[in-house]
Amino acid sequence: MKYLKGVANTMSHDEFQKHDAKILTPSFIVLLVLTLIGFVLVAVRFIKGIGAVTNMSDGYPWGIWITYDVATGTAIACGGYAMAILIYIRNHMHYHPMIRSAILTSMFGYGLAGFSVMVDVGRPWNAYNFFIPSKWQANSAMFEVALCVMAYTTVLALEFLPAILTTLEKTEWKTLQYILDRIYARMGKERPERIGDRLDRVKEVAAWIKPRLDKVLIFIIVLGITLPTMHQSSLGSLLLIASTKLHPLWHTGFLPLLFLINCMFIGYSIAILESIISCYAFKRPFETKELSGMASIIPWLTIIWLTVVVGDLAWRGQIGAALSFDFYSGFFLLEFCLVAGGSLLMFSGKKRESIRWLFVSAVLIVLGGALYRFNVYLIGFNPGKGWHYFPALAELLITVGIVAFEILGYQVIVKILPVLPKLHTRQQIDEDHGVTEKA
Amino acid sequence: MGKPSRRDFLKLIGTGGAALLAGVSGAGASEERQVDNQTVGMLYDATRCVGCKACMSACKRVNSDYGSLSYEKAKFDSDGLWDAPQDLSGSTRTLIKLFKESDANWSYVKYSCMHCQKPSCVSVCPVSAMTRDKATGIVDYNKDACIGCRYCQIACAFNIPKFQWDKAIPQIVKCDMCKNTNLIKKGITACAETCPVGAITYGKRKDLLAEANRRIKEHPGRYVDHIYGANEVGGANHLYLAAMQFDKLGLPILKTEAPAEFSEKIQHTIYKGFVAPVALYATLCFIAVKNMKGHGKEQKGTDEISEGGSEHDEP
Repeated sequence: MKYLKGVANTMSHDEFQKHDAKILTPSFIVLLVLTLIGFVLVAVRFIKGIGAVTNMSDGYPWGIWITYDVATGTAIACGGYAMAILIYIRNHMHYHPMIRSAILTSMFGYGLAGFSVMVDVGRPWNAYNFFIPSKWQANSAMFEVALCVMAYTTVLALEFLPAILTTLEKTEWKTLQYILDRIYARMGKERPERIGDRLDRVKEVAAWIKPRLDKVLIFIIVLGITLPTMHQSSLGSLLLIASTKLHPLWHTGFLPLLFLINCMFIGYSIAILESIISCYAFKRPFETKELSGMASIIPWLTIIWLTVVVGDLAWRGQIGAALSFDFYSGFFLLEFCLVAGGSLLMFSGKKRESIRWLFVSAVLIVLGGALYRFNVYLIGFNPGKGWHYFPALAELLITVGIVAFEILGYQVIVKILPVLPKLHTRQQIDEDHGVTEKA
Repeated sequence: MGKPSRRDFLKLIGTGGAALLAGVSGAGASEERQVDNQTVGMLYDATRCVGCKACMSACKRVNSDYGSLSYEKAKFDSDGLWDAPQDLSGSTRTLIKLFKESDANWSYVKYSCMHCQKPSCVSVCPVSAMTRDKATGIVDYNKDACIGCRYCQIACAFNIPKFQWDKAIPQIVKCDMCKNTNLIKKGITACAETCPVGAITYGKRKDLLAEANRRIKEHPGRYVDHIYGANEVGGANHLYLAAMQFDKLGLPILKTEAPAEFSEKIQHTIYKGFVAPVALYATLCFIAVKNMKGHGKEQKGTDEISEGGSEHDEP
């Protein structure tokens, strides 16, 4: 176990810092209101049935919740997956300071995708059957997705645990002490000693767990790379069965491979966007150098993806359908051009150095990649004559509420836990390389 | 970007991709699956049907308690005197419809579960709530296992499974050939028992096929020369005879390959013996630990790397 010592050393915790700012901002209030509206509607769904808040039907049994929150949302939450590949497999340790915020967003993305599924399924109380071997059904891509997503959410939580442990270890419990003092003062009693002892015990336990977790963390991290590889491809496999319903532009045996590559380039693009947006929102210097390095990977992934798409269409003789400019062809071409356009921009080394162009190209690729998933799950899905689907307002508001909760949680957690890259080291590196980016 | 790391990355894509590619190529080869003609099914003869809907009412009467079916009111019928379902639904397992092309050319058609030999719904159900009984061939639904994910609805080429959208405690509704009701008591499905004109025949698939072929032979010109369900999606146990093209009656034109065979082949190839995922995990662990070890040795590793990176990144 000698080599593990080295492993633990490199996972330094002082690369991260809390973002010191007020928690109660105007955006906090707006997001909170949206979240609350969403959750009230979730309550309505559980009281009155799914039909009361959605436009889903027997023809379109999967609506925006599955298409966006699960199929697309988990791809958007692949920032942590993409960053982990980059850092631990491609061996670019200098991206390590960016991992925690990527893992945090992934954790929210996957956790809330799981929550959405529980809202979406009709009989969630039977979900325990996933853990009963006699009920296992390995032929089902859904079974694989469900187990993998549950496992991955746990893995993400473990990967994020060091941030919590570090905080616990160093905390003075000031807020808690203050609140306790107030409570006991109100009750007119002396605060018992044992509470302080117990708080100290928590700190001790955190300090005990942390080095041990650090030692095995790399194996958990690698699990966190394996699981998304499995379930992101299986998200594509889900629609393999719908050979009569999914339009031939999208129904292919390559669905699992296309979904896997798709989640990777979405993952890198979203990691770029998250970094740009959070630096902009929290008024921190942009991480231009890291971002442009990351952006240089994306075009290679999209080229593979686009080649498989075109090659597969040609092989199945569907090129004509792709260029027929009807409803389906329109959405196909839009998805194709968004991904291709964004990649073309990222091919240029000069454009990659500019935050503005990085932002634009990453947005194009995320939109294109997400549209691909919408095309497969919803737009290209036709159950037969007479069926139509467009999400109901309440259905959309539940999705909006979940996304709002995601952003809200991120905003709050980066302010109470060390998640963002430490500023002075970042500035140090920037000064060393004479990078002064202001956009 | 350093050359070795790119190689590692391609290795990763390779490992994952190879499994997926193998899945696609493996889909070409076919496993032999036998159609079991000893299983039971029903033959619906649209030319005999008079559209009385006695089968619909019998189905609901017999199965309403067990299957959580209720009566569906029509808009004009404020008193709720009639059960008037528009389509198969969370309250209706079987339905008679009229297709009218012209005054001379029309046909009734009955909708209900096809009880496929290789059912998509069974293949996709993640918790084995949909099952096909080996002996009888009946495709059954168990609400106590079902999580309500509705994947069966996505998968079914006939759009048969229906969901109770308006209930707080919903379930999937589909024909189970009265497996738990009429079939136990009387040995025949309620619809076949009730039909006054013999349009619905219950029996072994073998006998039903022979009967259907006999009718086509004895009455040339009366039927379209095709037994719907005999070969569609790998064979079904609910068979149809009709005087009109079946797609006009709302029965889709389908290939003889079961969609579940296509999807399962890909899924099985990727996850055969769980080898690919384990191999992927092991490979990744090897690479990651090696990488981390390298960084442990050179304590100042990060500086070197950031310099190395800058060489590449500078325009």
